[in-house]
Amino acid sequence: MLSVENLVVSVGRGPDIVRGVSFGIEPGEILGLVGESGSGKSMTSLALMGLLPPKLGISAGQVVLDGADITHLAPHQRVRRKCGKVAMIFQEPMTSLNPVLRIGEQIEEAVRVHDPDADAPARARELLDMVRIPDAAHQLSAYPHQLSGGMRQRVMIAIALACRPQVLIADEPTTALDVTVQRQVLGLIRELCDSLHMGVLFITHDLGVVAQLADRVAVMYAGKLVETSDVGPLFRAPLHPYTAGLMACLPDPESDDPALATIPGAAPRPGDIPDGCPFAPRCDRAAAPCRSGPVPLAHGAPGQSARCHFPLNERASA
Amino acid sequence: MRQILMTWARPMAARPMTALGIAFLLLIVLFAAASPWIAPFPPDQIDPVNRLLEPGGAHLLGTDHFGRDTFSRVVYGARLALLIGVGVVAFALASGVPIGILSALYPNLGKVLMRMVDVLMSFPSLLLALGLIVILGQGVFNAILAIGLIYLTTTARIVYGVALRLKAEPYVEAARSAGAGPWWIVTRHILPNMISPLLVQASFVFAFAQLGAASLDFLGLGAPPDIPSWGNMLAESRIYITRASWLLQWPGLMIVLTAFSLNLVGDALRDRMDPRFREMVGK
Amino acid sequence: MGRYVIRRTGAAIMTLIAASIVIFAFIHLIPGDPVYVMLGDGATPEQVAALRDRMGLDEPVVVQYLIWAGNALQGDLGQSIFFDTPVTQVIREGAETSILLALITMVWIVAFGVPVGILAAIRQGTVIDQGLSGLAMLLASVPTFWVGLYLILIFAAGLGWFPSSGYPSIFEEGGLANLRYLILPSLALAAPNAALILRLTRASMLDVAREDYVRTARAKGIAPSRVVLRHILRNALLAVVSAFGFTFAALISEAVVTETVFALPGVGRTVVQSILRRDYPVIQGVILIIVCMYLVINLAVDLSYRLLDPRVELE
Repeated sequence: MLSVENLVVSVGRGPDIVRGVSFGIEPGEILGLVGESGSGKSMTSLALMGLLPPKLGISAGQVVLDGADITHLAPHQRVRRKCGKVAMIFQEPMTSLNPVLRIGEQIEEAVRVHDPDADAPARARELLDMVRIPDAAHQLSAYPHQLSGGMRQRVMIAIALACRPQVLIADEPTTALDVTVQRQVLGLIRELCDSLHMGVLFITHDLGVVAQLADRVAVMYAGKLVETSDVGPLFRAPLHPYTAGLMACLPDPESDDPALATIPGAAPRPGDIPDGCPFAPRCDRAAAPCRSGPVPLAHGAPGQSARCHFPLNERASA
Repeated sequence: MRQILMTWARPMAARPMTALGIAFLLLIVLFAAASPWIAPFPPDQIDPVNRLLEPGGAHLLGTDHFGRDTFSRVVYGARLALLIGVGVVAFALASGVPIGILSALYPNLGKVLMRMVDVLMSFPSLLLALGLIVILGQGVFNAILAIGLIYLTTTARIVYGVALRLKAEPYVEAARSAGAGPWWIVTRHILPNMISPLLVQASFVFAFAQLGAASLDFLGLGAPPDIPSWGNMLAESRIYITRASWLLQWPGLMIVLTAFSLNLVGDALRDRMDPRFREMVGK
Repeated sequence: MGRYVIRRTGAAIMTLIAASIVIFAFIHLIPGDPVYVMLGDGATPEQVAALRDRMGLDEPVVVQYLIWAGNALQGDLGQSIFFDTPVTQVIREGAETSILLALITMVWIVAFGVPVGILAAIRQGTVIDQGLSGLAMLLASVPTFWVGLYLILIFAAGLGWFPSSGYPSIFEEGGLANLRYLILPSLALAAPNAALILRLTRASMLDVAREDYVRTARAKGIAPSRVVLRHILRNALLAVVSAFGFTFAALISEAVVTETVFALPGVGRTVVQSILRRDYPVIQGVILIIVCMYLVINLAVDLSYRLLDPRVELE
């Protein structure tokens, strides 16, 4: 339904931050996009929304939603063209709501933009019910600072749902929340995805959250997808050494060893990404072919693929 | 050498206005340093025959109501402008920095000192300066003190804010818990980090000192009338404006361009500054 | 909120008391016997004795201050040496001019500084923005009296559109038409202050534009113009409002010069003339009144700011 093809995001005439990313999201499916900070995952999501900061732009590739090319449309242009909707919630629920407007006004505003004839107050109440905010009528007249972080993120979801989106982008929506609240919000997203038959692009640096929530996973490194897979095979048998490295960094409740593993070295910065496989300098399987030229696609389980010369399902040769 | 030149040249090329501002300030310094050689006439040479001459001929910018050469007086005026600027900045820094830092280091003392700064700030600035002139009497030195008093308050506030912020930095906390004394913290951690906010503040204070001094001159309460200052020149030519409007032009332009150049420099410095402190330094 | 009002008012009163001590001390800091300072050298022995008694000069300094402050609270700021009338009357005579001048100036500042600041922010980085920001910096670097002199030269002496000096009361002959006497002075006075408000409006618009909630608003699909009006402007103006107290203080300061340039019979010119005439009780009285006004206005701005911002809990 949403398909992203060979998306490239760059800074003016400067380096590319997202370097050719392709994936698709189906209705009712949650795609987890995983990567370290700086890997380009947030910029990918902002590019899909048409919300790239000034000076950043999509320099190649396209974003197609329900057959319509929305690559270069800002959200308000999408409203005007009546094309399919992508909505987004952000990492900081504490600062993402306007402090001087009541919750109700902010939700109703989103409702009216997409349907000027709607009974906005009624729809706003309905949306608050959908995101499981108790006592909706009362909360509508509250200001954001009167709500907790979890409640604010629910309000953000309500605002996002106001346009009846086909795809919801969630950029680390629970990172700033307490663990218990985090679980509730994740549950809500899963639920809404199923009941509304909505695609979700869930961006996170936390593989644990992905294991819980996602149907499929895309792992991003240095502006590129290094591995794409259904969630089961990925955790059972990752193909890319970077994915395996990320998993090794997860705390293992069964293990007695308290020390956490780390991946040696640091991710390259845009502008000095090496030729060939960007992970090669940090990879213990890397050999000569990894350091130059294009990296072939390796396949694992059905639906699982990785950009790697020496995927983990093969014996290390050479 | 080439390296130094490049680190200076690049930002200048990116901000041509700032470069022009710096060039103008250098011209002022040149005027002040070499006035006797640049000025064609002594600034106080009275020539009753050639009163209120239009610009041109021997008198490049014309003459005033005493027949004194305007160009020469403009050149000599640079001396007072620099003296006032340097004096006010020195006074504001020498008083404001210790007040701000002591207040940040010793919260109880700080409460009292900052309260006093608040009280001074509740006086409109020019009235504060005028009050001090009434007490001290008229004169260049007293004008510096009076204007300096205005900027003591703003400087102390900024220094206090920056010092508080620095004091809460983890590395300063660490130094404190490792037993570093206040003197060590101030000289090693606070002052070095304060240089760029202070530079920015100094350029703004220098600029506004020009305007303050000009106002005092204009009210007849600044530099004594026998000193060629741009403010005095404007004050004296005031009653001749319809007959000799050119008398208004150059002294005024010198004040404007000096203040403008300093503001440009201050702005450029602020943009290169640590963003955490940027909002604290203003006007 | 109630507790905040009380706390904030208390702080303002403390500042006023401290400021009044400074103003009281002023007379005693001037070299010479305060009685002769107050009365001038031509005072008769009877006048001297009367004033010495009135000021309680034989009492301790604290008592002297309390007498002075008590009189001030009852509206007695002493006698003008020059006019030989109560200081309050001298101030009252200048008040109309000064208050009207300040109000008209505020109108210019708001009407020019805020919209142009918004324009510069919306066109950030363009030639328009650079031009307007440069203009603002230039205006902030110009002495008001110089602007005033040029305005007189062009619009009064040259074109004859406006009178060059003086101000007859709007309650006298001429009525409201007399306001034209205040047009040029208010423009001169507005120039640097409008520049300040312009810069502040621009900066605070750009600050707010970077906020997360503005991104949320854009993500909703709201048209950019509406994002600016409803989400950026409203929050940005909160910061601008809080600067008006400071602007007012700057106005009073510079009005001293402007009233002198245009020979307006206002409080500011009274101060300057009183300094030149050594009429200390008037200087003292005017400064006390102005500090009072400054504190009251700042208090009002602060409290209204709190009312406009829902983040402040009604404790």
